[in-house]
Amino acid sequence: MGFFTDTSVCIGCKACEVACKEWNAVPEDGLEFTGMSYDNTQGLGADTWRHVAFIEQDRPVSARPDDGTVPSAEGDGGMRWLMSSDVCKHCTHAACLDVCPTGSLFRTEFGTVVVQEDICNGCGYCIPACPYGVIDQRKGDGRAWKCTLCYDRLGAGMEPACAKACPTDSIQYGPLDELRERATLRVEQLHGMGVEDARLYGHDPEDGVGGDGAFFLLLDEPEVYGLPPDPVVTTRDLPSIWRHTGAAAAALAGGLAAVFAVHGLRGGPR
Amino acid sequence: MIGQGGHAPDGRRGRRRGRRGEAAMVPDAEFRSYYGRPILNPPVWKAADIAGYFFLGGLAGAGSVLAAGAHLTGRRAAARALKISSLAAITGSTAALIHDLGRPARFANMLRVMKPTSPMSMGSWLLAAYGPAAGAAAVLEVTGLLPRLGHAATAGAAALGPGVAAYTAALAADTAVPAWHEGYRELPFVFVGSAAAAASGMALVAAPARETAPMRTAAVCGTALEIGATKLMERRLGVIAETYRQGTAGRLMRAAQALTVAGAAGGALLGGRSRTAAVLGGAALLAGSACTRFGVFHAGLRSAEDPKYTVVPQRERIRERAAGAA
Repeated sequence: MGFFTDTSVCIGCKACEVACKEWNAVPEDGLEFTGMSYDNTQGLGADTWRHVAFIEQDRPVSARPDDGTVPSAEGDGGMRWLMSSDVCKHCTHAACLDVCPTGSLFRTEFGTVVVQEDICNGCGYCIPACPYGVIDQRKGDGRAWKCTLCYDRLGAGMEPACAKACPTDSIQYGPLDELRERATLRVEQLHGMGVEDARLYGHDPEDGVGGDGAFFLLLDEPEVYGLPPDPVVTTRDLPSIWRHTGAAAAALAGGLAAVFAVHGLRGGPR
Repeated sequence: MIGQGGHAPDGRRGRRRGRRGEAAMVPDAEFRSYYGRPILNPPVWKAADIAGYFFLGGLAGAGSVLAAGAHLTGRRAAARALKISSLAAITGSTAALIHDLGRPARFANMLRVMKPTSPMSMGSWLLAAYGPAAGAAAVLEVTGLLPRLGHAATAGAAALGPGVAAYTAALAADTAVPAWHEGYRELPFVFVGSAAAAASGMALVAAPARETAPMRTAAVCGTALEIGATKLMERRLGVIAETYRQGTAGRLMRAAQALTVAGAAGGALLGGRSRTAAVLGGAALLAGSACTRFGVFHAGLRSAEDPKYTVVPQRERIRERAAGAA
């Protein structure tokens, strides 16, 4: 099970942010004025499990092929506003889960990734392991927190709070293969309407994280929304990391043994 | 217009960097980002705890190997000094690790599972085996009790020591932090070279000159390995190498190189004759090793905090893949 977030119909109402905070009793995490359009939430973290990004672009609202030129401020007449609700991707190959040394992070029966807060000892390893910058440490608590995809609601046969609260169905919850089909149709529909920018992100089970459990329809490059363009689960390279580490350890042992062999017993050649 | 989402020029970086007149190694990278905000959540680890742990773990691990070598070749004072320093270092590093936990009272959860996919899990088990061995080696050496068990503990600590010195590189590399992950091939060699230099430095400080000839050689070899591996790593890292050359990390890495080279040269050339030179050289080697670990740590932070180092290499990867497919 997972999320499909269709940002082309997001209206930036932040009902998802509020519903998430309310349902999951996520604490308040600062009331800052950022000047980043209507985004004072800033990004995902321990106390922000849904985050609506606001991007204002000097481009006509009307659909036009993306010819790769830098849009100019004058002449085109208008701006477009991109809004997108970000969330934990619940990766098929989840780095946070892989590197967690306590087994606190686990894969649920719904295919989602959840932190068991009674196990987490706050080592913080999952935080830099996440290629999306999702999970973080809660101040004053010390443990790592992130979206659970409303594990408690799923167990009761309900949809996650954010999807439930979304007034435009920008956030859709369901079985992933069904969502992927729906997303592909939506992209085709948008392309047919001349919205050439529309593309899916995180939908491909062949990508660097084996596909996201929460994927998106975007209207610009992922990095414009603060998403990595080509995320890879760090543990994909772990066999090679271990081999290089083993070789280095062997070099240290062998090198120092050789040094002593050359110098011999005390009083031997210097 | 508000924000940087829409335009490449807003995301352009690199001009204001490169003080000290360093020539740009790579052309200014153009990239787009969300208001210049990081894509990754940077590590929440405290530098004093985790970089300190990298240093102390290296000092302890390489020290145990040198201690066993000294023990076997009759360099008793050096062996004793290194066993004590390894115990002190591993005790300090374990304390730093526990102190860095968000929930220190739950540190025992580290041994709740054994996960080869988590270098931190494997490292915890390694420490759980190495710590007692290093402790027994030191205590039995000092007390003179149970000499056979002392030999075994010395050998055990020496067998596990290289792992303790090297695995912290895997720990750092197995993250999405660009400066650490992309350098995973060389980082373990940087770390063991630095560890050998530090432990040799400790021997130069704490042991009489007549016993430290092998450690002086080891200091030179360790220094050469560390500097060589660092250069290779920086070459591989491309634009990410900036994070090792600029700012806090750059200052630390330059200090590390100067201290390590000076320590190895001074210790190797004069440490056999002059006690002062040995102590100064050893102290420089120790300080240099610490600077290396703090430098690597800060480079990682820097690379995670600037979206440039996430976006530009990933875009490059996409381009290469597209070129390969075409």
